[in-house]
Amino acid sequence: MITQFLLVKTFRLILLIAAVATLSFVLVSSSPVDPVDAYVGAAMLRISPDQREVIAKRWGLDRPPVERFGRWAGQMATGNFGVSTIFNEPVLSVIGKRFITSFWLMALAWSLSGALGFGLGLIAGAREDTLLDRSIRLYAYTMASTPTFWVGMILLMIFSVSLGWTPVCCAWPPGLSAEQATLWQRLHHLLLPAITLSLIGIAQITLHTREKTIEALRSDYSIFARAQGESTIGIVFRRALRNVALPAVTLQFASLGELFGGAVLAEQVFAYPGLGRTTVEAGIRGDIPLLLGIVLFSTIFVFTGNFMADLIYHLVDPRLRKATGAIS
Amino acid sequence: MTINPLALDRRTRTMMVILGCLILFSAIFLGAWLYGEQGQVTNLALRKLPPGWDQPFGTDWLGRDMFARTIKGLRISLEIGLAAATCSAVIALLLGLAAATMGRIVDVAVTWLCDVGMATPHLVLLILISFACGGGAKGVIIAVAASHWPALTRVIRAEVMQLRTSDYIKLSHRLGKSPAWIARHHFLPHVVPQFLVGLLLLFPHAILHAAGLTFLGFGMSPHTPEIGTLLAESMRYLTTGMWWLAVAPGLALVLSAMTFDVLGNNVRALLDPKTLRE
Repeated sequence: MITQFLLVKTFRLILLIAAVATLSFVLVSSSPVDPVDAYVGAAMLRISPDQREVIAKRWGLDRPPVERFGRWAGQMATGNFGVSTIFNEPVLSVIGKRFITSFWLMALAWSLSGALGFGLGLIAGAREDTLLDRSIRLYAYTMASTPTFWVGMILLMIFSVSLGWTPVCCAWPPGLSAEQATLWQRLHHLLLPAITLSLIGIAQITLHTREKTIEALRSDYSIFARAQGESTIGIVFRRALRNVALPAVTLQFASLGELFGGAVLAEQVFAYPGLGRTTVEAGIRGDIPLLLGIVLFSTIFVFTGNFMADLIYHLVDPRLRKATGAIS
Repeated sequence: MTINPLALDRRTRTMMVILGCLILFSAIFLGAWLYGEQGQVTNLALRKLPPGWDQPFGTDWLGRDMFARTIKGLRISLEIGLAAATCSAVIALLLGLAAATMGRIVDVAVTWLCDVGMATPHLVLLILISFACGGGAKGVIIAVAASHWPALTRVIRAEVMQLRTSDYIKLSHRLGKSPAWIARHHFLPHVVPQFLVGLLLLFPHAILHAAGLTFLGFGMSPHTPEIGTLLAESMRYLTTGMWWLAVAPGLALVLSAMTFDVLGNNVRALLDPKTLRE
């Protein structure tokens, strides 16, 4: 049954990637930004029309779009994502390196926001309509309407500029390479961007957990437990917790797309050299191979999140585990 | 429980919230119009002033009044939000109705389109579309407008699907009413509230995404300061301690987005017969 589940998911992923690849190729090809201009950049005046033609020919820009797409898709299928024009390096190695830098940021923010959001949601749900609940809700609603980059800027001003506790930029001290920096230095640089991301990321999971907790506390099993003399705290921890935890974990895995988008903005504020910042550079400087590579990579990233959510649901929830054929 | 004689019922309260929001938004548009060119006027004698009586939001490094710039930036944000949310909501309405009423193949196609539209992180999709449009203000509007429909499409599709299996629709069929008549007289009244609420709740998303996109440097020239552009510019002056450049415009953006959120949720409560009388 688990193999069938995996097969269906793999098939879906392949279809999805094909669709996303086709659509993004069409979008990029219809862009009025000329790839040769974008590549040449400031040297535009010093380059002759002949040289431009040579570049265009080498990149196959003189061919019709359909043929270009065919060749590109063929190369992609064999794992060749092309060479990034701004880094002059294979796209996959750029993405790999940058993603590792981003990964720690996203992992820290993801776990922080998950744990805190779940805790706050439980508290708010258990103390429904108290002052505490109202403040938690107000916080969550405010954060849902607050742009990530602005929170980052405020934190940057308070903790880096005014107090000087955290560095102003980058993922490691300037002048050092990633390998030379100590773990403590890396963590020190990581802290503020990660907190920015979690402050925003808490909102959704808190509100969701709160709803589910209230629902669980009104259920028959909770009322029965209360009739037997169980306290509210006892009900929350011994009865409601498990029922609330599962949808929360699912939601947290399904929010990887939001996390990625948040990372793009946070990395821009803190000049953190991760995949998010690379995405912005690729978009602004017209690095088409890199941009397409990142689009596909982030699609797989989001898909993995949703896949994990489904998988955990099926593995953990006894109702789904027992129902035959429920895995699909 | 004592009943406060001054407490308003939900309907009146919602109406007042809606009125308040409308006043706020007209104030922004009116303010932007009254300020005219003032946000662009440079006055080097009044450079880098912190907030005070004469300039509530302070002035920037060229002596431009940040309050005027913020109001004008908000107006542009609201315009982008309005255009983008309307486009997305109309797309969602058409696709959702088509998916639910035009047979299995269309349904599968629309559901698939929604999946594809939500497959990449939203911001990456925005960057991609903005790049495809060649950047600029046009790129931002098209990107935000063309990427917000999947969630609402699903809601509308589910709503109509549910309606289709209800008894009174089946009865209407048996009575010989044409599909078009049923769509007009039975589906539309149900979908319009969903559509309106969806439209209002798309607004904050559209505004925030547009601000994010301009913050990253896509679109919007420095001459038409959108809030995202203002904040991106203020980044350069953060280390010199000019905190007011970032705080005030950002707060204004958060408040506008929240107002739309409150507005949308209140309208939803008002339009839903289940919560109307609470």
